[in-house]
Amino acid sequence: MSELVTYDSAAAHSPSLTELVELFRYRELLSLLVVTIIKTRYKRSTLGALWTLLNPLLNMVVMTIAFSSIFRFSITRYPVYVLSGLIFWNFFAQTTTYAMSAIVWGGSLIKRVYVPRTVFAVATVGNGLVNLGLSLVPLALIMLALKQPVTLAVLFVPVAVLLVAMFSLGVALLMSALAVLFVDVVDMYQIIVQASFFLTPVMYPQEILPAKFIWYLSFNPLYLLLELFRSPLYLGVLPSFETIVGGTLCAVGSLLLGWWFFSREADELAYRI
Amino acid sequence: MSSPTASRLQTADSVAAVEAAIRLENVSVRYRVPRERIATFKEYAIRRLRRKIVFDEFWALRSVSIGVRSGEVFGVIGRNGAGKSTLLKVVARVLRPTEGRVRVVGRVAPLLELGAGFDWELTGRENVYLNGAILGFKKRDLSTRFSRIIEFSGLREFADAPLRTYSSGMIARLGFAVATDVQPDVLLVDEVLAVGDAEFHRKSTDRILGFSASGATIVLVTHDLPVARALCQRVAWLERGQLMALGAADEVVSVYEESSG
Repeated sequence: MSELVTYDSAAAHSPSLTELVELFRYRELLSLLVVTIIKTRYKRSTLGALWTLLNPLLNMVVMTIAFSSIFRFSITRYPVYVLSGLIFWNFFAQTTTYAMSAIVWGGSLIKRVYVPRTVFAVATVGNGLVNLGLSLVPLALIMLALKQPVTLAVLFVPVAVLLVAMFSLGVALLMSALAVLFVDVVDMYQIIVQASFFLTPVMYPQEILPAKFIWYLSFNPLYLLLELFRSPLYLGVLPSFETIVGGTLCAVGSLLLGWWFFSREADELAYRI
Repeated sequence: MSSPTASRLQTADSVAAVEAAIRLENVSVRYRVPRERIATFKEYAIRRLRRKIVFDEFWALRSVSIGVRSGEVFGVIGRNGAGKSTLLKVVARVLRPTEGRVRVVGRVAPLLELGAGFDWELTGRENVYLNGAILGFKKRDLSTRFSRIIEFSGLREFADAPLRTYSSGMIARLGFAVATDVQPDVLLVDEVLAVGDAEFHRKSTDRILGFSASGATIVLVTHDLPVARALCQRVAWLERGQLMALGAADEVVSVYEESSG
């Protein structure tokens, strides 16, 4: 308790670095927030956290029924294909969307007490990782039931998840800072996410895209990251070298950009929320 | 920037840097309010392109220099909108000053407004941990102090009920109990002394005075002039963001009373 904390507003100030140091100091708050999100989200529903698992499963059932006959010739074991895609998509869409409402909850707080302001977005991604981990269980069961061959490539999945988390955190930070500054950003973002869902081969095979549009996929970060996650699971092979490099660049770039922008605006947020 | 009154009383304020717990040097805080409220990104983008964003500037604090001695009870008085709460926020690191420099030595505990840092769906027990972590406490320390916190707040039988079932008085008690369980080096109090029933009011005042007796620095923002006189050694009077007077509590409060008739 004798640790002497001294605050000097004129001390050499690098917002990005300060945020990082403070986030580490407040790591207990971070883990508590992750638990809080999980607890409060389903506290009043009977099925509780089971919803986290049921949501992608029900979606999978619906899509399997709807699309199995359409894609019957091009995709074998469609449930594995679509479920792994949906798990990826839910992680990205939910963490980034939820981060925007988390900063608003945290807004009443950061107007009154100092906490590292990145904590809300990082906690949201932490919560998303827990959900993703849980939803891998039903995926594994379905892979088992459909006799999906599992190869050593599956060991790449944690790396893919890490890259996806970095990418999502960057977007979450960027969007939550913008959401504080402008109220219509939340609605705009919903539309963008919805559109990207259809522009990314999550539920349909990429082969149905017209050949002249295929090139566009390698510029879609969500496609690259989806491939990183899905190839080892569904195809049982490592993603191509280009995909790994491209996906890593997107993840690192997004995180750096989001972190830089958010911490640059962090002092302004307390004035604006 | 010092007004005549300030310079008359400032002689009492030769605080050496070494013993100052809080030092504000020429601190100014500017709020920029867009003249027409631009809430949407679409509007912002359009106006930005036409370079038509006009801001109204509002200085909540203007060149305020104050040194608060380590271990004193320091009062801040002034009318609504004088910049008192902004002053606390600058010290609490919530707002970065637009100009000037703020230095604070030691662990700062702000007494939060009602309900800030609480989650309504969580139980009282879970909220103690959440609020403690927000104030920068370690979970391990909190577990050993948990029963003391609950004891002080007098909410033992409600500890496992969700916070949404609490009354506002109960929430205020819980918040006070968490924030003040361990003596901070600097305690920032914004009018919260008025919360809770008479019994809790006495308990909380006693605790604050106890901290002061054992060396904590306390900054108290209040409208209650008798309280400022009775508790504070020195008082600063703010008026429209400017420091009007700073000195012994009795003197400054008297000057302030004269000015407001």
